[in-house]
Amino acid sequence: MLSYVLFRIALIVPLLIGLSLLVFVIGRVLPGDPAALAAGPYATAEQRAAVAAEFGLDQPIAVQYWDYVTGLFEGDLGRSIMTRRPVAGDLALYLPATLELVAASLLLAVAVSIPLGLVAGLTANRAPDMTISAGTLSAMSMPQFFLGLVLQLIFAMWLSLLPLSGRLPFTVAPPPAVTGFYTIDSVLAGQWHTLWLSLVHLALPAITMALAPIAMITRIMRASTMEALQQDYVRNARALGLSIRLILFKYVLKNAASATLTMIGLYVGWMLGSTVLVEKVFDWPGIGLYATNAILNQDFNPVIAVTLVIGVIFIATNLIVDLLYGVLNPKVGDR
Amino acid sequence: MSARTTAEASGTSGGEGLARAFYRFRQNPLSLVGLVLVALLLFLAIFGPLVAPYPEHLAGEVSVLDRFKPPSAAFWFGTNEVGQDILSMVVAGAQVSLLSAMGVIVIATLIGTLIGLAAGYFGTWIDEVLMRFTDLILTLPALILAMAIAAGLGPSIVNMVIALALAWWPGFARLVRGEVIGLKEEQFVVAARAQGAGAGRIIFRHILPNVTSPIIVKMSLDVGFAILAVASLGFIGIGVRPPTPEWGVMLSVSRSNLPHFWWTAIFPGMAIFVAVLAFNLFGEGLRQALDPRARR
Amino acid sequence: MALLDIKGLRLAMTSFDGETEVLKGIDLTIPQGAIAGVVGETGSGKSLTGLSVSRLVPTPPGRYLGGRILFDGHDMLAASEEEMRALRGTRISMIFQDPTTNLNPAFRISTQMVDAALAVASRDPDILSLPATARRRQKRAVARQLAIEMLGRVGIVDPAQRIDAYPHQFSGGMRQRVLIAMALIGRPKLLIADEPTTALDVSVQAQVLALIHSFVVDRGLTVMFITHNLGVVAQICNEVAVMRQGEIVEAGPVAKVLTSPAHAYTRALMASVPTREMKRGDLSFSVDPVEAAV
Repeated sequence: MLSYVLFRIALIVPLLIGLSLLVFVIGRVLPGDPAALAAGPYATAEQRAAVAAEFGLDQPIAVQYWDYVTGLFEGDLGRSIMTRRPVAGDLALYLPATLELVAASLLLAVAVSIPLGLVAGLTANRAPDMTISAGTLSAMSMPQFFLGLVLQLIFAMWLSLLPLSGRLPFTVAPPPAVTGFYTIDSVLAGQWHTLWLSLVHLALPAITMALAPIAMITRIMRASTMEALQQDYVRNARALGLSIRLILFKYVLKNAASATLTMIGLYVGWMLGSTVLVEKVFDWPGIGLYATNAILNQDFNPVIAVTLVIGVIFIATNLIVDLLYGVLNPKVGDR
Repeated sequence: MSARTTAEASGTSGGEGLARAFYRFRQNPLSLVGLVLVALLLFLAIFGPLVAPYPEHLAGEVSVLDRFKPPSAAFWFGTNEVGQDILSMVVAGAQVSLLSAMGVIVIATLIGTLIGLAAGYFGTWIDEVLMRFTDLILTLPALILAMAIAAGLGPSIVNMVIALALAWWPGFARLVRGEVIGLKEEQFVVAARAQGAGAGRIIFRHILPNVTSPIIVKMSLDVGFAILAVASLGFIGIGVRPPTPEWGVMLSVSRSNLPHFWWTAIFPGMAIFVAVLAFNLFGEGLRQALDPRARR
Repeated sequence: MALLDIKGLRLAMTSFDGETEVLKGIDLTIPQGAIAGVVGETGSGKSLTGLSVSRLVPTPPGRYLGGRILFDGHDMLAASEEEMRALRGTRISMIFQDPTTNLNPAFRISTQMVDAALAVASRDPDILSLPATARRRQKRAVARQLAIEMLGRVGIVDPAQRIDAYPHQFSGGMRQRVLIAMALIGRPKLLIADEPTTALDVSVQAQVLALIHSFVVDRGLTVMFITHNLGVVAQICNEVAVMRQGEIVEAGPVAKVLTSPAHAYTRALMASVPTREMKRGDLSFSVDPVEAAV
């Protein structure tokens, strides 16, 4: 098993090289003259040359790439052209906010969709299933930024039940940073009021981000449940007197869930993509908002860095999912 | 002669197959709802400016006195911060959304199909290189990738369409490659090769016609998500810019009008939702009608 | 008195073409301690008869039109699902054809056997010889011990070690032994064996038949043996019923039915079993089984 894990990790290396090349091409080669963009439309030739020299843009592309990659190994992601701050420092600040949001959404999505899909699969083509299936199709068609706005309008503006945006009120100091997740950090610091505040701030963005994955996971879980119910081992277990509840919640659920799990890597990728929208609606200070602002300002180093980080998280998630799949499916795990 | 063999192999070609497919499509009332909505959207996209109640508002001829009028008999969807009729804007927005979304899908289909055909047919190192590149693109969420490319290309509708298409093609490449690998071993392809047909002829005359129905199904399913992506980029502020009547842009602008002038947000948002839902229902129906594996 | 007594059982199944009667008045009695073969071709209704006894035919699409199944004093068609569940595993058990698909691939054999043992023990605490108030942990430990014992009894070598394997690590014959062990862990009176040897190699087939037979001798188990193979019936059964198109065409002691078959269909079935006297390559039947029965 250990050698299999190492083998899978080794397979990632060429993917990472390809990814770094790809984002470098998008960020530095595609714009044609990044220095001109960075210096602004009214800059003189000297100003442009100064910016190019400062960011190493006057070097040949191959040299620029080499410098960039060697910088990566030292944790250097370059500097922002707008703020002149190191991008790595900015990411350290914003990434935990995004990860906390994605993690909360994923937990919510799995917690809601697995039972929903199980119910739909058990009542296939009858009333509960029809209702759930119609709901999932609508949920998949709902634009997230519109959903976010509607939730803000109803729960924050009209009913004043939940906060409008942000991670915490301006008047409240964040808990001492350990993980960067305000929820976990406030538990670690024993600041229960801050925990409550960060949870209510998390509620609307997490629901917004989770709705479409809930729909997608429910559909897959429904299909897997219907398939698992057809299996001979379910009939055999019934013939031996096992209770329906045990068969469903232990035997069927594990088989259906492992089929569903393989898709979760995809949803994490999808959620990372949707952070740009959800974080904009809820003013959530994560890498999505950071990337959006960088793109609007044509600030190429942050764009490259965020794209790279998201690609790496996606690759890592899929590796973890693959390894977990081995645990849930003993046949695969034996390799 | 070989063309006939190819058509027979596809099974769904010919009048009878189409009639059967349409029969299956009609079986599901939801598919029909999708079809009607898609037809309506296409109608608006083509004739939108003609049927809009206040076409002059689109050109910017507005009265300040009409600012923020709530929905009424005169303005069904109300008016916005400069006094434009929101219904007219929503109707005009159909054109921008549908045209860009279809542009994205057509370009993505062309790129993806060519790459998938080449990878699937030639196999070996060509397949290896093309598919590793496809996988690489897939490690990045399409929206983020499109944003990054759009940022590099600079802001304009055309650049946005190109950027989205460049992020969108891998799905088509994978689909086509999978189908081609299956078809390559079929009798009619082997027969054509035995007759001395060249690679180009085999690919485009014998294999491509048999891949069209899964491609069409994916295209129709993807248009909905492309509409969503176009609106998303508009909302973020990349690609379409105000005052172009684009649903995502309208929603983005409306944020500062909340909570009092809620109609400036609700109606453009509903337009996106209905358009995406329409194509999802339609595409799902088409999939059930054309794809033998999806049938229950 | 007979352990199982089926009278006039009629079952209809709904499919795309409408409702079809698939069991058209089955009469079948199996005395205590017998090995009763139910033999017939695919689609004759023999499996549905077996599943009906355990009430495992899904309704819908199935629908019972009439008849009665008396098992050990219980009216099975009138019993509630809860009452049925109490009988399954402890009074009636089943084994099926394909040992590969009837074990859950995602769980260890120990988990599946312990769950089966606990399921039967919840209705018959004597099986674990523990008081009903025993701790969960203690029950699981005893159930595991019982499972290991049963695995040894069905001929798995080194059962204490092998019990924690996953199903795919066992051969087909061993998996069928595991399924037999699971089915018999609750000491049922009746075992319904639905083509239990069809998916196995010939040499393994004989071993599994011998194993089932040994439980009949040692424990007084009664077996309803469903098969399409008259050769197997001749080897193991003492009673036989021949089914065709939802009806029993002939029934009686094996010795009588197989030596002097009264029904043309039975003769046709017997003629289709290759014998030592047949010449190599001679696959022509002396009687066409379909025509003979009409």
